[in-house]
This record gives sequence, C-alpha cells and structure tokens, in this order.
Amino acid sequence: MSDRRNNIVPHIDWFSISIYGALVLIGWLNIYSAVNNPLHPSIFDFSQRYGKQFIWIITGFVMALLVMASDASFFSVFAYPLYGITVLGLIAVRFVGRDIAGSHSWFRIGEIGIQPAELGIFAINLGLAKYLSNEKKASDLKKIRLVAAAMVMMPMLLIIIQNETGVAVTYSAFIFVLYREGLSGNILLGGFLLITLFILALVGNKIILSAILAGLALMGFLLFTRRKVKDLTKIGGILVFCLAIIFGTNYGFNHLELHQKKRIQVFLQQNVNNSKEGYNLHQAEIAIGSGGLYGKGYLQGTQAKLNYVPAHATDFIFVTPCEEWGFIGAAFIVILYFVLIVRLIFLAERQRSVFSRIYGYGVASIFFIHVAINVGMNLGLMPVIGIPLPFISYGGSSFWAFTLLLFIFLRLDADRLQILR
Amino acid sequence: MNTLFADRKYIIGGIFLVACVAFIIRMFYMQLIDETLKLDASNETFRHITQYPPRGCIYDRNGRLLVTNEAAYDIMVTPSLIKDFDTASFCNDLGITKADFIAGIKKAIVQNTAYHASVFMKEVTPEIYAAFQEKLYKYHGFTSQVRTVRRYPMKVAPHILGYIGEVDKELCERNPDYREGDYIGISGIEESYENDLKGKKGVRIMMFDAMNKEVGDYKSGKFDTLPITGANLTCTIDAELQEYGEKLMQNKAGSIVAIDPETGEILTLVSSPYYDPNMMVGSVRAKNYAKLLRDSIDVPLFNRALMAMYPPGSTFKTIEALIGQQEGVLNENTTYTCPGGFHIGNISVACDAVHGTLKLEKAIAFSCNTYFCNVFMSIMNNKKYSSTEEAFNAWRRYVTSFGIGIHPDIDLPSALRGSLPTQNYYDKYHGAGHWKAATIISLAIGQGELGVTPLQLANQAAIIGNRGYYFVPHIIKSVGDKPTVKKYATKHYVPIDPQYFDIVADGMCDVMNEGTAAASKIPGIIMCGKTGTAQNPTGRNNSLFIAFAPKDHPRIAISVVVERGGQGAHWAAPIASLMIEKYLNDTIKRADRETRMLEGNTIQYLADEKLNPKPNRKKKHNSTGQRTAAVGHKHKDE
Repeated sequence: MSDRRNNIVPHIDWFSISIYGALVLIGWLNIYSAVNNPLHPSIFDFSQRYGKQFIWIITGFVMALLVMASDASFFSVFAYPLYGITVLGLIAVRFVGRDIAGSHSWFRIGEIGIQPAELGIFAINLGLAKYLSNEKKASDLKKIRLVAAAMVMMPMLLIIIQNETGVAVTYSAFIFVLYREGLSGNILLGGFLLITLFILALVGNKIILSAILAGLALMGFLLFTRRKVKDLTKIGGILVFCLAIIFGTNYGFNHLELHQKKRIQVFLQQNVNNSKEGYNLHQAEIAIGSGGLYGKGYLQGTQAKLNYVPAHATDFIFVTPCEEWGFIGAAFIVILYFVLIVRLIFLAERQRSVFSRIYGYGVASIFFIHVAINVGMNLGLMPVIGIPLPFISYGGSSFWAFTLLLFIFLRLDADRLQILR
Repeated sequence: MNTLFADRKYIIGGIFLVACVAFIIRMFYMQLIDETLKLDASNETFRHITQYPPRGCIYDRNGRLLVTNEAAYDIMVTPSLIKDFDTASFCNDLGITKADFIAGIKKAIVQNTAYHASVFMKEVTPEIYAAFQEKLYKYHGFTSQVRTVRRYPMKVAPHILGYIGEVDKELCERNPDYREGDYIGISGIEESYENDLKGKKGVRIMMFDAMNKEVGDYKSGKFDTLPITGANLTCTIDAELQEYGEKLMQNKAGSIVAIDPETGEILTLVSSPYYDPNMMVGSVRAKNYAKLLRDSIDVPLFNRALMAMYPPGSTFKTIEALIGQQEGVLNENTTYTCPGGFHIGNISVACDAVHGTLKLEKAIAFSCNTYFCNVFMSIMNNKKYSSTEEAFNAWRRYVTSFGIGIHPDIDLPSALRGSLPTQNYYDKYHGAGHWKAATIISLAIGQGELGVTPLQLANQAAIIGNRGYYFVPHIIKSVGDKPTVKKYATKHYVPIDPQYFDIVADGMCDVMNEGTAAASKIPGIIMCGKTGTAQNPTGRNNSLFIAFAPKDHPRIAISVVVERGGQGAHWAAPIASLMIEKYLNDTIKRADRETRMLEGNTIQYLADEKLNPKPNRKKKHNSTGQRTAAVGHKHKDE
C-alpha cells in the first residue's frame, strides 16, 4: 500500500490543483477586500470573515490531503453508505437544524455551520456514479432510468422541503451526467424548451404564442412527416403539452413563493422597483459596471465594501473582483473556471473506470451549474438564486463541499492507471 | 458506453463554452460600454461636500472692523431617519409652529427625497441654536451645519457695504462657480468686490455607505480641495466720520459725501434714510428687505449719494467762474451791477438782495445770480465762437471735465451720471437755431436741465481744492495686501489753468467769513464753501453745500444735500462744517450747532409732500420732468 501511495504523486493532476489554488487565493483576497473592516486590518483576524475563511481554507486543505492519502477504492466501496448518510442527514436536518430565515438546512456546531444539502452533494454524486457504473443488462434500461432519476430527485425533494430551492436547483447539474451516460438529448432539449416557453409565456402574449406554436406544428406535420395519423397524434400531443404549459404558466407562477415570484420578475425586468425587490441586482450591476476595464484597484472598491451590494461576501462575491479588478480581472476568473471545468471533462474522459468518469462529469457539471447560476445572477442574466461561487464565496460548508468534490475526483484520477478495464 | 456516447463531451463542453462566452460579452457590455452604471455608482457613493470659505472681512481706513462673519446654523433633516420625539419641544426650541414643522419635512422630501439630508431651517442664530443643540441628540434625523453670515459691528454704511443674498437660478446656470443656495454680493462693496470677497469654495469628497452613513474621505482626501478664505478689504471710509455723518443726517433725507482730495478716497458716503445693515442678515433678511422696499416715502434702499440727481443750484457758480476765466471773458476784476435781479427780454432771474456792483470774489461770496447770469451770457456770446451752439458745446466740454453728466468710475455699483443737456437736446426742444444764451440762462445758476449726484458735487469741491485735478473717487483702499488698481492713482486734470482757481477759492473762503454761510464758520479752520439752494418743482427747496478745508492743500472735500431743507445755509452748510470740524479737529466745539443739526427734522416735509401731493405748479417754459427748476418765475437764491 505505502509504495503505491507514494507512487500516485506523479499521477496527480497538478494543473487542476493549480487552478484550484488560484481560485482559493482569489476568493480569500476578495473576501478580505469585500468585508474589509478597518478596525481589524489583519487578514488573519479570526473575528472577521476573512480570518474565518482562512480557517476554512486550511481545514479544507487538510480534508484534501486526507482524501489524497486515502485509498481510491474507498470511495467506490463506500459510495452507497455515504449516499445513505447524506440522505439521512437531509431528513434529520429538517427536525434538528437551526431555523435560519425560514430554512431548516443547517447543522450548527459552535461556530461551524454544516449544510448537508451542500456538503453532501459529493456523496450523491458518488452514489449515482456507483449505481450507473454497475454492469447492467440492456433490458433493465427503464428501471435504470427510473432508479437514477430517483437517486437525484429524492435528495432534491428533501432540500426543497428544507426551503432551499436554490441548492436544489444545483442538483439539476446531474442532467449533464445522465446525458453523457446515454440520456436522450430530447430531454435536455425539452428542458431547455420548457424554460424558454415558461419565460415567453410570462413575458409575451399567450394567444400569439399559441398561434405561432400551432402554425409551427402544422408546418412540421405537413413538411417533415408522412402525414400519417401516428404523426398527427405525436405532433398534436406535443402541441397540446406546450399549450398546457403556456396557459398553466400563470397558475404555476402564482403558486410560487412571493420572493421567488419577485426574483423571476426582477430577472425578466417586469414591474421592478430598484429600491425594493430589484435593489440587490441593481446595486450589483452598478458595482460591476463601475469597475471598467482595469477596475478601481485592489481594496479600492466602494460599492460592495460600503454595503450597497448585499451578501457581498457570499452570493454576490463576484461583484468585488468586477469592481476592483475590472473587466480584465473578472474575465480572467470566468476563464479560470471554464478551463478548470473543461480540464475536469478531459480528465473524466481519460478514465478507464466508468465510476470515475461519471463521478468526474458530476464534479464538472456541479461546478458549472454553480458558476453559471452565480455569475449569471451577478450579471443579471439569471434570476437571483442564493448559491455560492465555488472556492471564492465565503463559507466553510460550501468550501469544504467543493474541495471534497474536486479532490475525490483527483484522487480517483491519480489512480486511473491502476484500474483494469 | 464510453465509446457510445463519447461525442457528447463536445456538446456538453459546447454548452459550457456558450455560457462562458455569454458571461464575458455581458461583462464587456456592463463594464466597458454601459456608462450609466459608472455614473450611478459615483452618484450613490460619493457626495461632493462643498466647503464654504468665509467671506472676506471689510475694515475702515483706520483698521476698524466694519463687516465680519458670524456663525449661523442650518438645521438639516433626513426625513427617513426621523424617529418619534417630542415635536412640541422641538418646535418650541426653534420657535416654529407644528404646521411649519410638517411643511418643512414635506418640502425636504419633495426637494431631495427622504433619504438625503436637506436644509430644514436656514441660518438659525447662535442664541437659538445653543438651546436647540443641547437636545439635538434626541431629535433623530436632524443634524446641523455651520455656515457663516455677515455681521456689522458698527452698524454703519449700509449703502456702501451692501448685502449678500442667495444667487438666482439664472446666474447659477451662467456661472459654474455658483450653485443654488450660495451667497453672492447683491449691492455695495459686497457686489463690486464679489470676486475678491467670495474666496474659493473647497470640495470634500466623502463616501457614504448604503445606510447613508458617512464612511470617510475618498482616498484620504487626496482629491479634496481646501476652501480659500476671501480677501479682506480695507475701505477708504473713516468709520467714525461715517457714523457721525449718519447721526447728523438722521430724520433728514439726503446725503453726505466726503473725499480726501489728495487721493480720491471717499471718507464718508452717507445716504439718508439708512438702515442697520444687520437687518439684512440671516433668517430675517427677507422680511426686512420687503419692509424696506415697501417704504416708498423714505426709500431707504435707494443710495442717494450715488443715484439721486439734484440741480446743483448756486454751487455750480464756482464752475461757471472757472470756465469764464479760462475762456477769457472773466477775470477777478470783472464787475457787474446787480439791481436785484437779471433781466433779458421777457426772462428774469431774481436775486435775493440788491448786491450793487461787485467783483468775482464777492459775487461768489454772496452768490449773486445777476453776476453769474452775466458771466454765462458772456461765455455763450464769446466772440471766439461763431455761434451760441459752438460756445455751448465748449462750455459743455468744460462741465463734463468736472465729471458732471458722465458715469463716475467708482468701485461701487449703480452710480448714476446725472444730467447735462446736449445741443441736440435743445435743438429738439426749442428747434435748431431757435435758442440763445438767454433761453438757457437757468444753467448759469445751476438750475434747468442740470442734475448732479452728491458724489459729483463732492468731487467738484475736491477739484477746486486741488486747483484743477482730481483722483477718481473710490471706496476701497486695498484688497488683501494689494493696493487698489492703478486707475485710482492717476491724476485727472480739468482743462482750466491752476491760477484761475485761487480767486474762486478766495470767494469760497469769503462765503464762510462774510458770505452766505458765515454762520457755519469753524473757528481755527480756514474753510472754503459754497451754498446752494436748489429749486425743487414738487416742494421745498433742496439745501446744498460743497466745501473743502483747509483752504490750501485741503484734506477733505465735502458735499451735503438735505432734501427739502430750504436754504443751503440752513442745513447743508452747518452739517458740512461739523463734518469737517470732526474730521480735522476730532472734537466739536460748537455744541449748539451740533445739537440743532442732530435734532433737526426735514424728512417731515418729504413725507408731507408724498402723502399730500400738491397739484403740479405752473411752470413757464418747462414741460419736461427733467427740468427741475424754472427760470421765469421769481427765482430766489442766497
């Protein structure tokens, strides 16, 4: 065992670790700048968020080391138990968890808060990878689909019950994993169309939208089918489904929580009052815009620091580099994430083990969905959904979660040559 | 499965790439193209706080403080921060009603939103503020801001000093130095020396956080500018003499102008009725200003010394005497016989006595109308000139050189030029070629279309005192450390040879010794004066006097006008003599004179006249308002 452990060092993907290190450092420096309390100038002052983030980073590094030191097969072997523990945690937190602004999603141990929905996502990823990587008969396809969907949906539902819809949304990352492993592209496309329809129905005129869709359906039937009854029912079915969505949109929309409705309205720029529900986004946009090409310089930002931008150390941390480092700095961060994610896909694709590959795709997809939603909402391209920016946002629970996610995959990757096909 | 769906990595990677590119494009738009976001950021975070410099102070020629600054407090309100407090006590402290309170808050919200500080009450005096400030901590949402207001320790010279007030919108748009709410000099020195007095505003760039709490200076004040205090001015006024002059002029309408002939510096410039300049300061200004403006009888805001136009009456005979000599039609031995009046054709000018045959010196001393009508005739009918018109124009040039009929170049705003008729005027009035010396004979005795301001009269006295030159009268001695502009240090000569002045000065000296103003002689001072009793078409005669003293190398030249005062010797001459005595001797020995002048009241005549206007007196050939005295009817002069 010991010589094999020593052997893995040259197989570790140091490129990913470098990007990880860069992002962690950027995050810490930005938290220092965003929170910046002149009474506590030291970045190691543990009474301040930047000092605490340092603790989370160090403990995160320790976790990463432990992961790298452990046996790669551990994660495959303990995938189901870890999945089970996470689901149990998600149930338990509903009853034991602290009530923070109406959501029961946190275990609190002294200073440290643990959000199982966030921290446990690696275990859900492991469980899914384990299940999908098992050799299965082609005849079981239906069952496999159902079980895989359930493995993702169950924790999602539990999280929604905790009133953490935002975190639940990030679980939709697994759709990319499932797609990679054979899920029909139509589902991905359908999901995309569904969201488009939903937005169009909220923004546009429903009657005109319906007429256009009916026209498209008729054209499709006449031009691209053999004009059989079967085709007619198929196309008719899709049309009816779409119409149902269009006219059901308002019903569904009205049954959302008020703050969710507002967030969607803000995103769609409908009846937005910039001093009320639109304040957060408006202030974030102002701060980002004020950065210009080169930014105002590190620690020279004004908007985030002076509390114009809310949650400027967590959900809206991206505002600070935009303001202080300008377009160049912000674009650099986005590109850093993109390179990391593409690197992870590359690593996943080079795995001999299906388990490792699926897990790797999961990590890449989870990072992607977090970055896409977080940066997107900072830039006003997405509705405001309160989720962290990986490695950069303040917070122990999320930092550990992303670190674990990444390093488990790097550990599996370091072991890739040991696996026989 | 690996190989089966391996191509899908490109689709997934493609989706990720699209998102990445979309973000970068969006950031590019927000950070490099959309300028409004940058503007919004600095608008909400930075507040450019104007640092008002104190205006410059004004001192008199002896270093006595005339205008200074005093703290006043603007009470500011940020309506969103108001919490429950005892409004009754609040209103009581500030001396306002509850309705005022509510109206003030509403106004603040309308003007500046509920989240920003606006002025709730302006320029609260230190006395009121002292009590209010003790409880300020209880009144959440209210703060105070120090400003300076003008204070006038000596309460003199309101017309000279002027006052300040808020700039109007129009000027703010024209001149970027001013913003609404700023103060600007509106009259007097405050207006004419605005650029020196105002100083330079500083700007402090402060940062405010989202709760509108002050966080500190932007970049530790690197971009701040300090306010620069306005320059202190030293004016030429002798405050003590000014104060004395104002006292002498109480209950009288008119003015006193005293000039130092050696420099052109104005020692005193009284316009009466006057007011306490402290009335025009702070929160009471608007009310007081309206009150002063409404006073149409006294018109206290009207600066008579620079703007009122009086017929000079007999004081003008001195100029007449000088022109006659320079033109060669008159010398000290020229005699005319006075039968008690001057008659030519159907025009007659009366004298108040039968002066008999007299020479120039005595004609001045006794102010003989007959004599000077003859002098005027000789000037107008001078053989040198081919026509009366030509002679008139030559005469007019002499008069103009004394500063009459032209704008004085004084450093105070709104001085007027008086009135000196032109050939054109008479050509229009009488028809070209239809007027002769006799037609305009009233000019000989300073009546008719002539109008001079008290400033011009005083300058005339200075010219005679200097024997032929003057410095432009001015009010400021130095700005900061710099002496005033060169134009005030330049001698201006009148085109009359110095030797001709001596006889006039002798005559004016006789005025004090044996002539019309003998009663105002000051023991121990050789003073030269000339009375004037100018006819006034609407009421009693105006009492005028010009003088300088000592006779040689005079140190003071003065003009006094007392409206409706009657004869020049009754009011104007004694007042002038008291002023000269005060200035040269510093003490008044003639207490009875002084008391009579201090207690005298001539403003009653003005009030009577304005309240019970007489129907316009019939005037013989005088239909224009400009002609203030008529020739034909019995003209009385001393």
